[in-house]
Amino acid sequence: MATLGAKHGKLWLWLDERIGLSDFAKLARKKEVPLHRHTFWYYFGGMTLFLFMIQVATGILLLLYYRPSASEAFESIQFIMTEVEFGWLVRSIHSWSANLMVFAMFIHLFSALLLHAYRRPREMTWLSGAGLLALTLAFGFTGYLLPWNELAFFATRVGTEIPGVIPLIGPFLRRLLRGGDDVTGATLTRFYGIHVAILPALVAVVLGLHLYLVQKHGMSRPPSTEGQGEANRAMPFLPNFLLRDLVGWLCALGVLAALAAYFPAELGKKADPFQPAPAGIKPEWYFMAMFQTLKLLPGHILGIEGELIGVLGFGAVGVVLIAMPFLDRRAARGKTPGRLAAVFGLSLILYSIILTYLGYTMSPTK
Amino acid sequence: MDHDETSIAADTGRRNFLNWFLTTTAGAFLLSVTYPLSRYLIPPQVEESTAHTVTLALKPAEIKPNSGQIFRFGSQPAMLVRTAANELKAFSASCTHLACIVQFRADISHIWCACHNGHFDLNGKNIEGPPPKPLEEYAVNVRGEQIVVSKRV
Repeated sequence: MATLGAKHGKLWLWLDERIGLSDFAKLARKKEVPLHRHTFWYYFGGMTLFLFMIQVATGILLLLYYRPSASEAFESIQFIMTEVEFGWLVRSIHSWSANLMVFAMFIHLFSALLLHAYRRPREMTWLSGAGLLALTLAFGFTGYLLPWNELAFFATRVGTEIPGVIPLIGPFLRRLLRGGDDVTGATLTRFYGIHVAILPALVAVVLGLHLYLVQKHGMSRPPSTEGQGEANRAMPFLPNFLLRDLVGWLCALGVLAALAAYFPAELGKKADPFQPAPAGIKPEWYFMAMFQTLKLLPGHILGIEGELIGVLGFGAVGVVLIAMPFLDRRAARGKTPGRLAAVFGLSLILYSIILTYLGYTMSPTK
Repeated sequence: MDHDETSIAADTGRRNFLNWFLTTTAGAFLLSVTYPLSRYLIPPQVEESTAHTVTLALKPAEIKPNSGQIFRFGSQPAMLVRTAANELKAFSASCTHLACIVQFRADISHIWCACHNGHFDLNGKNIEGPPPKPLEEYAVNVRGEQIVVSKRV
């Protein structure tokens, strides 16, 4: 403490005595990031977090003008885009940052999967990450409806119909999600509440746990880099890693500003519940693989409705992903991880890329 | 000794009773919070439009052969079709796959859903793509200048 006192000013000492700053300083000095040939992938967790902070800030700004009702939502966004100064910029950043955040999150997820970061003692870190994945997709899905345009309306009609095909509880779930039997203004109000209050509250808890666990266990060193010459090299988190993080964030901010300026978010036509779905209708890119799967499945497979098979398939993939730390038995016992994660991860990436490509290139009318 | 043991036994009995009392109270409290909360989250049943028959604002002459038009059937979208053979037909317009609203395509002369590329013929039958069931067909009656659509019973 005496050495600290010499180094820091009076304000530091005053604060330290009251909130224990030196404990944090000690923690920060101790934190290290392993250095090896896969260190690059560590940056994507922080990148996701950075883009999430942008979402929070721009989301709060949008709240000041947005009106969550079927008769006013579309018009209030028109107002933001055309009347409010820099309204187009705030909304475009919110929309683009959402896309980049999902993208960064997928890279983070697959790098953690392929580098076996989920293995003991980081099972809970993996599970909390899976929770954040679900919450992020829920953010994307609920936020997509809020402009109350044609695309949003049909995306929500289809999206809320999907849990509806689950036997027994399906219709109840659908009603609970929609706030009624159909997608109406009641759905919009409900999605708004979920998007701006319920999900942020849940994210605060789960993200807090995730970050605490990352702090507690440190970053995972991939088993493939252990036992080599580079085995124990590390970089201090403060300031070395954080400064590199900041460079990445600055680049992301530049990309974001360019995207928002050159490709501002579109609004389209106002939703009309009595108009047919327009030809060429598509969901957000991160739901495209699932969308295309549902499109290609026939009406019936072995007497079971195709859509039910699809939905159960998505569910099964989700379960395997969540349960990976427990399915990879070798990793769970502290041995070299098995091939399951690599086979599963790479086939999932390959499947998603192919189906997404088909989704964007197949003629919508054939 | 005897005295001590009875007092310990009495203490444990009292402790067990208190634990039981505390947990049931906590359980009852939790229930009294979660029950209204879950009831609140389930949307109330709004009266369904019981319309079994609607008279359209459309005159028979306004719908041309080989075309279709969406109309409101109570709270639901429905579609009126005039076939190339000049016959009027009406169907539910909600796709039986994932509930998108279908459209009439003049180029292929049948009903099509843009969301997942589902096709229905002019009897409402699902003929291609993912829809698992046919569209519900309604009865169409033309009374002079009026088109009346009703559910089939």
